[in-house]
Amino acid sequence: MMAEITYREALNQALAEEMDRDDSVFLMGEEVAEYDGAYKVSKGLLERFDDRRVVDTPISELGFAGLGVGAAMVGLRPVIEFMTFNFSLLALDQVINSAAKMLYMSGGQISVPIVFRGPTGAALQLSAQHSQAAHTWYVHAPGVKVVAPATPADAKGLLKAAIRDGDPVAVMEGELLYNLKGEVPDGDHVVPLGKAEVKREGSDVSLITHGAPVHLALQAAAKLEKEGVDVEVLDLRSIRPLDVDAILETVRKTNRAVYLEEGWPFVGVGTQIISVIQEEAFDHLDAPVLRVTQADIPMPYAKNLEQLAKPSADRVVEACNRVLYRS
Amino acid sequence: MTHLYPPSPPLPDRAHARTLLRHMVLVRRFEEKCAELYTREKIRGFLHLYIGEEAVAAGSVPVLGPDDSVVGTYREHGQALVRGVPATTVMAEMFGKVEGCARGRGGSMHIFDAGTRFFGGNAIVGGGLPIAVGLALAARREGSAHRGSDGTRVTACYFGDGAAAEGEFHESMNLAALWDLPVLFCCENNFYAMGTPIEISHSETDLALRAASYGMPAWTVDGMDVLAVEDATRRAVEAMRGGGGPHFLEFRTYRFRAHSMFDPELYRAKEEVEKWKKRDPITLLADRMREGGMLDDDGMEEVEAEVRAEVEEAVRFAEAGTWEPVEDLTRFVYSEQDGDDGEAA
Ligand SMILES: Cc1ncc(C[n+]2csc(CCOP(=O)(O)OP(=O)(O)O)c2C)c(N)n1
Ligand SMILES: [Mg+2]
Repeated sequence: MMAEITYREALNQALAEEMDRDDSVFLMGEEVAEYDGAYKVSKGLLERFDDRRVVDTPISELGFAGLGVGAAMVGLRPVIEFMTFNFSLLALDQVINSAAKMLYMSGGQISVPIVFRGPTGAALQLSAQHSQAAHTWYVHAPGVKVVAPATPADAKGLLKAAIRDGDPVAVMEGELLYNLKGEVPDGDHVVPLGKAEVKREGSDVSLITHGAPVHLALQAAAKLEKEGVDVEVLDLRSIRPLDVDAILETVRKTNRAVYLEEGWPFVGVGTQIISVIQEEAFDHLDAPVLRVTQADIPMPYAKNLEQLAKPSADRVVEACNRVLYRS
Repeated sequence: MTHLYPPSPPLPDRAHARTLLRHMVLVRRFEEKCAELYTREKIRGFLHLYIGEEAVAAGSVPVLGPDDSVVGTYREHGQALVRGVPATTVMAEMFGKVEGCARGRGGSMHIFDAGTRFFGGNAIVGGGLPIAVGLALAARREGSAHRGSDGTRVTACYFGDGAAAEGEFHESMNLAALWDLPVLFCCENNFYAMGTPIEISHSETDLALRAASYGMPAWTVDGMDVLAVEDATRRAVEAMRGGGGPHFLEFRTYRFRAHSMFDPELYRAKEEVEKWKKRDPITLLADRMREGGMLDDDGMEEVEAEVRAEVEEAVRFAEAGTWEPVEDLTRFVYSEQDGDDGEAA
């Protein structure tokens, strides 16, 4: 059985179900309780649980992230909401220097089962400090897992898996996805970390991506279909752990690949994926792997420049055509 | 070291009182126009209005001289206008036009104007504080070259009550006090950080008391009374010009509108808002001026007419503005030096 719900409701269900299942799970962040969350993801949770489980914090990102780490070290399972991941840059010390390294530094004694979650990526004309994809900051550090759900089903399933996981997991939501509707399986729907999913089967070129741009990839694939090009869209879902098998499988099938991401190009997620492909599937490639990313600039406010700076379906189509030597 | 600022000072002369009034009316009408333009989708992104808080900018910013510096938040239109950033270029900035004070790159939350030493426009809560301390460090290091005719240059830094929960706030207070740097910390305490009331954010809600614990003079000021704001700012700046080190002013104020354009305001009672509106900073001053025989209906209408013309001109300017050419997309990621075209190194 499936129900059609929004991405926001899917996250809300995941939180409620996990909090029901395990008393050690609690949600903490700015405006999550009384205000139901800046993006209303935690709607109704304060009423349903209590202020011990749904905790409003002051604007103290470094403080409450670190506090979550401490609580996790002794067995609680905090879910830390960043109002947006832009503000988590203030908390990165605790994410990288404490959460990510704790288990290793302590010689395997102390694990940190914590979730950091919230929206990331550029919305519309919010300018430089509010428009950036945070994935790369997080995936760079060994010890942190990073997932980027693109659909309501994945949002629910990955958040549940993240909460149950024994390590720090960052769940990067799409700021523009919260109202997106989609079918979500009933019951205890868990999507394992580290499993990519083919969102569209195809045979001519592999369009690999993560997070919100999955939808852009599907749009581009639909456009290319009209030109007779059959695109396979692979959604990584997890960036760490990375589903290397799924990446190699699609590349071996189509022999051509494009990586699409909303973040900056320089040492972005795509560079890692291309490195994996050329190391493991070099002989299967019929063309160099190309990338479509945000322009290598802070995001401008002006509408014309912002549109130009963001990846577009047209740019994805163009990149696919280039690896197919069609242009 | 902290105390509530004494009762409102006497009215100044008519010309000066009128300037204070005009500044507040300018900000009020400008902000109302922004709200309207936002619903017409001329202005996009996040828009935070200053309506209700005008006395803080109008009373404090003009106390600064041209060599002093200002750092604001994302709710900074008021400070920018009173500082003298032209309403035309602020409006064009929000339209995203290249004639804007930041070429349309920044928008409402990132007003920058180097000419008037207006150093942003920071959309990260607390992010402006250490920057202001750095501006003050530079001012002091330049020593006598950096002393205006009347003494040390001052950096005024505006921030909200919510920002006082950030580590950056405490680090900045300590650094400024430790090194005796000329920063005027202007806390705009409007009692809410988005939907969070101050009581659930701060263990000590007397913010001036917390500043005082770092060893700097700290006063709590009626932020709805432009004369009190001005008087307190003058005293603080005078002390700082004479080498008095950092000062902290907590302006108790209130925003009459939502936090931003997306806020159903479920967190505060209508009655509370109405109660504060009875102390509207514009009405407070206008009433006193009327009592003092400095203002009548015609006088008020004259101020309104001047402001209306200025705001209309700003909108005309912004409408007539142009989009930055797309070839400039990658300009200013790095500085343009020695014939370098600013492309990524
Ligand atoms: C570091 C950081 N955390 C969170 C936010 C989101 N945010 C924007 S404004 C705001 C409230 C700030 O309140 P306050 O400092 O009192 O200023 P006010 O808006 O009341 O003027 C929050 C939480 C942000 N911009 N930056
Ligand atoms: Mg506030």
